[in-house]
Amino acid sequence: MMQTTDIERAANESTANAGNLREQWESEATTSHLVTGELDLSHNVILYLDDITVSFDGFRALNKLSLAIDAGELRCIIGPNGAGKTTMMDVITGKTRPDEGKAFFGQTIDLTRMTEPQIAHAGIGRKFQKPTIFEKHTAFENLELAMKADKRVRRSLFASLFDDERDRISDVLKQIRLDKEADRSAGLLSHGQKQWLEIGMLLMQEPRLLLLDEPVAGMTDDETERTAELFVSLAGKHSLMVVEHDMAFVEALGGKVTVLCEGSVLAEGDLATVQADPRVIEVYLGR
Amino acid sequence: MRTPFTVRLIQSMPRSGWIALAIFAAITWIGIPAAHLMLPESSPLHLSAYTISLLGKILCYMVVAVAMDLIWGYAGILSLGHGLFFALGGYAFGMYLMRQIGRDGSYGSDLPDFMVFLDWKELPWYWAGSDSFLWAIFLAMALPGVVAFIFGYFAFRSRIKGVYFSIITQALTYAAMLLFFRNETGFGGNNGFTDFKRILGYSITSPEMRVTLFALSAALLVACLILGRYLVSSRFGRVLTAIRDAESRVMFIGYNPLHYKLFIWTLSAVLCGLAGALYVPQVGIINPSEMSPANSIELAVWVAVGGRGTLIGAVLGAGIVNLAKSYFTVTVPEYWPFFLGFLFIAVTLYLPDGVVGLWRKLRARKGPDSAGVSETAVRKASETENTTPANSSANGARA
Ligand SMILES: Nc1ncnc2c1ncn2[C@@H]1O[C@H](COP(=O)(O)OP(=O)(O)OP(=O)(O)O)[C@@H](O)[C@H]1O
Ligand SMILES: [Mg+2]
Repeated sequence: MMQTTDIERAANESTANAGNLREQWESEATTSHLVTGELDLSHNVILYLDDITVSFDGFRALNKLSLAIDAGELRCIIGPNGAGKTTMMDVITGKTRPDEGKAFFGQTIDLTRMTEPQIAHAGIGRKFQKPTIFEKHTAFENLELAMKADKRVRRSLFASLFDDERDRISDVLKQIRLDKEADRSAGLLSHGQKQWLEIGMLLMQEPRLLLLDEPVAGMTDDETERTAELFVSLAGKHSLMVVEHDMAFVEALGGKVTVLCEGSVLAEGDLATVQADPRVIEVYLGR
Repeated sequence: MRTPFTVRLIQSMPRSGWIALAIFAAITWIGIPAAHLMLPESSPLHLSAYTISLLGKILCYMVVAVAMDLIWGYAGILSLGHGLFFALGGYAFGMYLMRQIGRDGSYGSDLPDFMVFLDWKELPWYWAGSDSFLWAIFLAMALPGVVAFIFGYFAFRSRIKGVYFSIITQALTYAAMLLFFRNETGFGGNNGFTDFKRILGYSITSPEMRVTLFALSAALLVACLILGRYLVSSRFGRVLTAIRDAESRVMFIGYNPLHYKLFIWTLSAVLCGLAGALYVPQVGIINPSEMSPANSIELAVWVAVGGRGTLIGAVLGAGIVNLAKSYFTVTVPEYWPFFLGFLFIAVTLYLPDGVVGLWRKLRARKGPDSAGVSETAVRKASETENTTPANSSANGARA
């Protein structure tokens, strides 16, 4: 119940923002006409992949993959190495074009026809496995740069932070537990803190859907636990898709789990059910 | 509440930086001109015409170094073709200087001597308007700006980066040099422009004119430093350094690096053009050798020696290398290229952050309370930033 109202509110906010965003992107992008419109969550589905096939020199990295993520959902994707998890994220973010199939963000936004930055502006944030942050900038500046704003040159020349923007950055710094490190160079942070900073940058972009590729790789147990808490708290307002090999972490997240194997969905359900599935056991033990 | 623009402009430089700039301005606008114009030649403090021109020339080089640092140090794009933009600005203003000769040339014609020599009967179309001072100033900015914009647009759009970009900028300046060597191009072939007589009707060799050009060069440097300081401390500057450090990430958070690179690249070329326009009347000649690939490489060496990524570094580097150069060319000219090469290797191997980096390291070692070294070092650095040209003037006077 609670969750639905949250989502509705979020959906309304997005309608208000979409006009702005579109206007901004249209003057910036090289292929502006492709932004299809605001995010339509009328069927409560935020991401919809249908029969996606991607081949690399005849090898099918994704093979008729179909998957749907509900608005506000926290979904885990697991699967053996080479199952196509990263490739799937590449398709969603516009890095790889599928040979066949459809990829929709909400009901109307066709991801297969947009560029990477357009997709970012539309509301999909992605965290890569290797943390990529701006090492020479402070943690605060990293968040400032990622902040949803007019990102054209002429604005950046005269931009200065509004009070509410400053507050927003402080809020996110607290959320990712870097408020004490705000003025340190990001390059001096620990590996786990860098991962968190990158998650914070995603939050500053105010995406509707977060794609997180192995977010706890290299984190201590303690950090992993706190990351799980953070993600659980984000679900509802945001939708999350988390790829992870760490089963304890997946368990802590507690959401629905999708098992990918050889480029298509092998099983789907809660973790216990999936782990009991004989096909899944075979895939994991067979290796 | 947002901080107003003027406040941000003032805050972009620490107070010590502004004080240093003011001192520098006082020295270059009052002290040095007075030492040349007022003091008798017998006075030990008198500055000769040679010294004034040498210092003025170095001030122009410092402007180029700042422009180079904006693009290389902050945006991470190494240009080995900035000599071209400098020369284009010089040629644009040189056309005006040629027209100001009037009928005082050796052929007594309205046309510049080299055109008479080529048996041309009238000015080529692109010399139109060259008798206007304002047009010449405009052209000195617009010409390098347009060339840089067009070149940059295609290079950055094709995502040409790193050493490939550097190589094509070298090729660009080399090609331009070959073009300007040809007599038919209409810029005096390999002799270029020289024998200037007047600016705005006033004699170019008069002490007043010499001092005016010198003071203008100093003013341009001050303006560049203020502008540069503002840019690198603005959000624009932070995006630039972000592009330098992780370009794909910048795209991913929604910035278009093409626009950012193109802006700073074009601005950098325009500043070089202005410096070139002030340089030519002070040295009295412009020819295609200014576009030689070696010249552009030398610009990069100045910035590397001073320390890239700090504006003070660029200014220092240009000062140090050029004073060394004027010393060498007087005493042992044949060793200069070896010294330059040695300097570049030594800096690359032992001083990756140049003189400024060395200074910071020494300071960090000295002060035990130097936890926030980098911050204070930056502050200190900008403190020296502007006293440096003043120091170099003192050294220059001795040279
Ligand atoms: N650009 C490419 N060219 C050729 N083959 C590729 C390319 N990208 C991925 N592949 C192949 O596609 C398959 C799926 O790769 P993908 O990276 O999506 O797997 P993954 O599920 O993310 O694996 P991991 O758990 O190791 O990260 C692999 O066999 C990989 O070798
Ligand atoms: Mg992967």
